[in-house]
Amino acid sequence: MARRPEGPPPPPTVQKVRIHYTKRGRLRFSSHRDFQRAFERAIRRGNIPVAFSAGFNPHPKVSYANAAPTGVASEAEYVEIGLAMRCDVKQLAAVLDESLPTGFDVLEVVEAKEGSLADRLEASAWLIEFPGSDPAAVDAAVAAFLAADEVQVQRMTKNGMRHFDARSAVVTLGPVLAGSPDWQVAERAVGAIPAGCAILKAVVRHTTPAVRPDDVIYGLREISGLTPSNPPRVTRLAQGPLDTQTAVIADPLDRDRDVITSTS
Amino acid sequence: MPGASVFPQLEALLPFVTKPIQYVGGELNSTIKDWDTCDVRWALMYPDAYEVGLPNQGSMILYEVLNEQEGILAERTYAVWPDLEKLMRKNHVPQFTVDAHRAVGDFDLLGLSFSTELGYTNMLTALDLAGIPMHAIDRGIDDPIVVAGGHAAFNPEPISRFVDAAVLGDGEEAVLMISAIVRQWKSEGRPGGREEVLLRLAETGSVYIPAFYDVDYHDDGRIRRVTANQTRAPWRVSKHTVMNLDEWPFPKKPLVPLAETVHERMSVEIFRGCTRGCRFCQAGMITRPVRERSITGIGDMVKAGLEATGYEEVGLLSLSSADHSEIAEVAKDLADRYEGTQTGLSLPSTRVDAFNVDLANELTRNGRRSGLTFAPEGGSERIRKVINKMVTEEDLIRTVTTAYANGWRQVKLYFMCGLPTETDEDVLQIAEVAKRVIEAGREASGMKDIRCTVSIGGFVPKPHTPFQWAAQLDHEATDARLHKLRDAIRADRRYGKSIGFRYHDGKPGIIEGLLSRGDRRVGAVIEQVWRQGARFDGWSEHFSYQAWADAAHEALSDVPVDLNWYTIRERGEDEVLPWDHLDSGLDKEWLWQDWQESISGAEVEDCRWTPCYDCGVCDQMGTSIQIGPTGQRLLPVTVVDPTPVLATEASS
Repeated sequence: MARRPEGPPPPPTVQKVRIHYTKRGRLRFSSHRDFQRAFERAIRRGNIPVAFSAGFNPHPKVSYANAAPTGVASEAEYVEIGLAMRCDVKQLAAVLDESLPTGFDVLEVVEAKEGSLADRLEASAWLIEFPGSDPAAVDAAVAAFLAADEVQVQRMTKNGMRHFDARSAVVTLGPVLAGSPDWQVAERAVGAIPAGCAILKAVVRHTTPAVRPDDVIYGLREISGLTPSNPPRVTRLAQGPLDTQTAVIADPLDRDRDVITSTS
Repeated sequence: MPGASVFPQLEALLPFVTKPIQYVGGELNSTIKDWDTCDVRWALMYPDAYEVGLPNQGSMILYEVLNEQEGILAERTYAVWPDLEKLMRKNHVPQFTVDAHRAVGDFDLLGLSFSTELGYTNMLTALDLAGIPMHAIDRGIDDPIVVAGGHAAFNPEPISRFVDAAVLGDGEEAVLMISAIVRQWKSEGRPGGREEVLLRLAETGSVYIPAFYDVDYHDDGRIRRVTANQTRAPWRVSKHTVMNLDEWPFPKKPLVPLAETVHERMSVEIFRGCTRGCRFCQAGMITRPVRERSITGIGDMVKAGLEATGYEEVGLLSLSSADHSEIAEVAKDLADRYEGTQTGLSLPSTRVDAFNVDLANELTRNGRRSGLTFAPEGGSERIRKVINKMVTEEDLIRTVTTAYANGWRQVKLYFMCGLPTETDEDVLQIAEVAKRVIEAGREASGMKDIRCTVSIGGFVPKPHTPFQWAAQLDHEATDARLHKLRDAIRADRRYGKSIGFRYHDGKPGIIEGLLSRGDRRVGAVIEQVWRQGARFDGWSEHFSYQAWADAAHEALSDVPVDLNWYTIRERGEDEVLPWDHLDSGLDKEWLWQDWQESISGAEVEDCRWTPCYDCGVCDQMGTSIQIGPTGQRLLPVTVVDPTPVLATEASS
């Protein structure tokens, strides 16, 4: 006879919310698993009525989506949680932000509408700093990269060295000016960007295998020999639905907000 | 500028190392104080990787005790992995604290907590990276005072050339006393230099300054005598004992790391000390007497700690937690209080004779029911009498039968190999015990899919125990015995498949033995092996027995002793032991008598429940047993409200 957990099943999810948060400052060195632990503890510290799965090892209902790699800062991370009691999203945002370590800052919480959050995360915009690199050399590398049909890169994965194309996933790649809106977003995540630093913005489609910002940097080096003296610092500026005509990434929570405004 | 952050230089290295989050600090409940408004500054090091060091209770307690004081700051530093060490050397980044990323060399004091001797090489890496002269004798007035603590500090002789001071026993009051002396000396303009502040520490009678003692040897290599070379240094240095744990409810706000660590839970120390009298157990001998935290003190710490951390598990720590006089009430009241919150309670391991199913049920009521762990330590009745682990095989079978009958499926049993007087038969008896456990378990549960895991490692004789004179079993004999046991378990066709077997081979134990019972001459071995690259000796993937054996051979070539002399040699009654001038309170004659009685299998009762047998501690240290019951109970707390304030409506 199969064993069954004692007691009644846990209360069901009555509300799903989506959370927009950041990975700023030193916390850019956190891994996805580090965030998961911090987040689940913040839920407990904040006494947030998260729903639990049934079974012998109940775990909180949290869906993580497409986290930025370890070492990369982000202004655009998202997570979805199921609640066993309805909550006010503004208060929830304040309590979660208070409970999370500084750097994992909660920017907004919205109630989820139909449709998967993960499906809306079609592309990311990355800001890449090249400290100590000659801007002309960076421009030349970008031109060569964009002119190529294919840029083969390699990355060490759990299953050994993988070779793949980094070019086709890149929608746009170009310079960012000091003081521009993108530059300002990145400074919120990483602090001051050194003067005279060549800066690029890459809009990259989410594909399989994923093309990450370090793959783009690797590709630039492969195609042009661009070798930064310091490791480039990277910030995710945005992720969400991609307008392929304009290469603009929309806010993935827009569609959830629409529902709230139209019903209230 | 002293106290400046080195983070910008460090940050450039972090993209190239594994798990960089362990080096950036910012843990929940960590503290950064202003450098300039503090006049006593401690760097606290747990000399192992961050994932092991961060959850260490001792370090966490001292960090909080010190930072609560005005004018004192304490920051934490850990051993960096070899990948970062290499980059730090290349880029001239010094050993840093993870709090404000200050250079360790800028602090007034560097406090090291040694739970195990296998952290010694990591201390040398840290000193070297910090730019602190490796030998105490070469340090100047601006170098930190290097202080060792923790259980291994009860014999600091092997590291005596590297540390300025060692503190025995409980650290809470000791660090405040040391801070006061350093503050006074600094406020006077540091008169008499480094030597004067060390003399003032020595004068207290409870801080050991190795440089103030000379060791003479007999021609055969044994110690002739240890004498103080300074009139202001006492002939013998005492341990510290904190009385009334309720006055020291630390850590109040346990650190919560972002990185994954070995213990993902908060812990409350429910009592300190143990008088069960297990003869192999250094912790039980050096932490006497038993001092319980009261049930209400425990309840308050659990409440404050959970609120401050968000952990889902509370460890009720001590050397034998089921022995707390009110453990049943503690477990029941906490389980009532946290009903429905997924908050689990755990005891590190349970004595077979203290286990009962009611307690176990309370512990797992709100959490997960994992396996049960017991530590019979010895396989045969005879050897358990030798080590004074008074548990009969019938007790064990009765206990596991109850556990299996009540739904547990997994029991872990811990044993040791290489105990004094042990033979192959004593160890092979472990296989028989495990088979009886499975047989009884299958009958009690009516199921075949139950398991028993046997975990066994080599015994290392430790200072300040009745076995401090014993010969350690050499690693070849240890391994041979463990292999016989493994084969005996595997060969059993009825039960073998239900018995798991885990063992640690004998070689690391021999090096631990060298460092545990070593004297000052062993310092040369540590230095030699470190220069040849030894790091992280507690990690099997980094430990090299050959490197240690070679270093011992070379470094001890001009003295009449060797690795075997320190480890597999039995000591005589009259031999001066390297730690005889360090007072744990235990009477050496009592220890010798207990050692003699162990050989004849005579048992000693626990002095909590039977008359005092004069181990010497309470008389010598002016302490006494502090146990309940208090008769008090925990009230439900209102903060764990099932309806959080931010809910807009109750769930249907």
